Amino acid sequence: MKIHEYQAKEILRSYNVPTPTGFPAFTVDESVDAAEKLGCDMVVVKAQIHAGGRGKGGGVKIAHSIKAVRQNAELILGMNLVTHQTGPDGTEVKRLLIEEGIDIANELYAGIVLDRSTEKYVFMVSTEGGVEIEKVAAETPEKIVKEWIEPEDGLTTQQAMNLAEALNLSGDQAENGAETLLALWKAFIESDCSLAEINPLVVTESGEVIALDAKMNFDDNALFRHPKIAEMRDLSEELPSEIEASKYSLNYIKLDGNVGCMVNGAGLAMSTMDIIKLSGGDPANFLDVGGVANSETVAHGFRIILSDPVVKSILINIFGGIVRCDRVAQGVIDALSDMEVKVPVVVRLEGTNATEAAVLLKNSPLDFIVASSLSDGAEKAVRAAGDTA
Amino acid sequence: MSILVNSNTRLLVQGITGKEGTFHTEQMLEYGTPVVAGVTPGKGGQVLLGIPVFNTVEEAKESTGCNTSIIFVPPKFSSAAITEAADSEIDLVICITEGIPAADMVKAKNHLRKTGTQLVGPNCPGVITPGEAKVGIMPGFIHTPGSIGVISRSGTLTYEAVDQLTKVGLGQSTCIGIGGDPIIGSTFIDLLSLFAVDENTEGVVLIGEIGGSAEEEAAQWTIDNNFDKPIVAFIAGQTAPPGRRMGHAGAIVAGGKGTAAEKMKALTDAGITVVESPADIGKTMKIVLDERSSF
Repeated sequence: MKIHEYQAKEILRSYNVPTPTGFPAFTVDESVDAAEKLGCDMVVVKAQIHAGGRGKGGGVKIAHSIKAVRQNAELILGMNLVTHQTGPDGTEVKRLLIEEGIDIANELYAGIVLDRSTEKYVFMVSTEGGVEIEKVAAETPEKIVKEWIEPEDGLTTQQAMNLAEALNLSGDQAENGAETLLALWKAFIESDCSLAEINPLVVTESGEVIALDAKMNFDDNALFRHPKIAEMRDLSEELPSEIEASKYSLNYIKLDGNVGCMVNGAGLAMSTMDIIKLSGGDPANFLDVGGVANSETVAHGFRIILSDPVVKSILINIFGGIVRCDRVAQGVIDALSDMEVKVPVVVRLEGTNATEAAVLLKNSPLDFIVASSLSDGAEKAVRAAGDTA
Repeated sequence: MSILVNSNTRLLVQGITGKEGTFHTEQMLEYGTPVVAGVTPGKGGQVLLGIPVFNTVEEAKESTGCNTSIIFVPPKFSSAAITEAADSEIDLVICITEGIPAADMVKAKNHLRKTGTQLVGPNCPGVITPGEAKVGIMPGFIHTPGSIGVISRSGTLTYEAVDQLTKVGLGQSTCIGIGGDPIIGSTFIDLLSLFAVDENTEGVVLIGEIGGSAEEEAAQWTIDNNFDKPIVAFIAGQTAPPGRRMGHAGAIVAGGKGTAAEKMKALTDAGITVVESPADIGKTMKIVLDERSSF
């Protein structure tokens, strides 16, 4: 799960990670109130969306007067912010962070992720802050210094000092820096983060080490331990169809093509997308209906796929294991009898009771295209989409 | 011969009294898997499906000599169940549970390194040696005894591949679902090294997916260790958008890394036969084996 910068900073503050003072604002008036409360000469107006690169996209502005805060808030709120992470369609800005401006002496980077190869968390720092870290990793990997964290020890003081040193911090700054990194680690591990990134971590003119930006992603599997963090989920950042799907424990991701697909199992769902592409079509979605493919889940699946007006055909690909194909077939028949589906539906059922399922589909008055294999199903669905288009 | 599970397996089911645990115990018994014990804390003393239930793994092991465990307990308690089995010196632990926090698995794996226990999963369909033992939730009937090993990060896609193999007349030695999570017990490399010395395995199907670098590491391992059995590989997620988690917790292209293209290239560069279409896994394995035997 992702959260906004201002929410991440709230969490970090509670762990004593120094951050600039700031307040979230949902309207222009709230922005002005926040700026007045800050009472400082330089105020930063920051768009809050779940994507990076906001500054470059015009979503971060510096204001030196209340009037300028108002103007910038008017400009940014409601704007369609396009960054390298939002894709060409951009994201509408609905929230702002109004924050005190900081005199920056130096911009650094600090981040923590899970390193799947070593099966440990890795703490990364770089003196190249304020730019995309992926770019630093690709072009000057030697400028990223890493410490792998032993699960039973956590980040040690020695490791934190090593990282501070790698950031060219010395004296009081090194001590402040190490303390900030230790606090960041504590926030990360105690909140079950999957990623925490401070970019930039800045050294101020007066020598403080402050988290100027903050990004925290959380392990969805661990949210049950963190009800307060779970409440921070901003549904307006997600697609309505994806939210709807999650209500029924369906795993749906919208894509750009016109061949809809409904599959059981994540791996098979991905491969179904792949084979649609190989057959000359483009998948409209990823949809894993999981282990229970009954008439109810199938009906929800249809509704969600068809909420995308671009969809011209639907491929149902189920490999029955524990879930029996005849039950799935009955589910498809029931769902289609109750709702109007105007696009062709291709059904491919294999595995447990596949023969019984084929009989059910054949005897039903509904108009299915029955496929005999994975490739046959994909080809038929792509052809059907072409015919309807 | 086979790897991991066979007719000598003496299986313990952790979480046997839960809905999933009971259902799959029945299925495994039906397949002929030697299930000897169950564990559910607080329910010791019961007998379920003819299987004695114990409060702890320790007690189950003492009474029944179980050597393998399958875990069906809820995600919150799964890492504790894994470490309990390891501390009781169970040789092989297969964890089916989906949804275990990554931080719990980091700790559990770190703990396992100090023990002699091998873990498969979590978030996996389990392990089957056709005709001998099914320790998992896969449909047994699609499998046939034979000489192809299957290692996969997926569930139903593995069934698809097995079904294709069976239909072209290729049986399987052992099929392992290694799981779709970022932190898993046995990796491709761990299992390739077992298949390398398994006399009955003549070829291996490797099914990977986007996210992480386990496939690239496996490719390099086959070069470094002169793995000489033919491998046919497929990578799911060639059309997956970056930054999105595709169902499995571990299936995500992050920061431009972990793409299907990178993995397919690494495997191809290692001399492995990579198929683009998931429909070609079975027939390609057949062609590769026929070519070998014609030399």
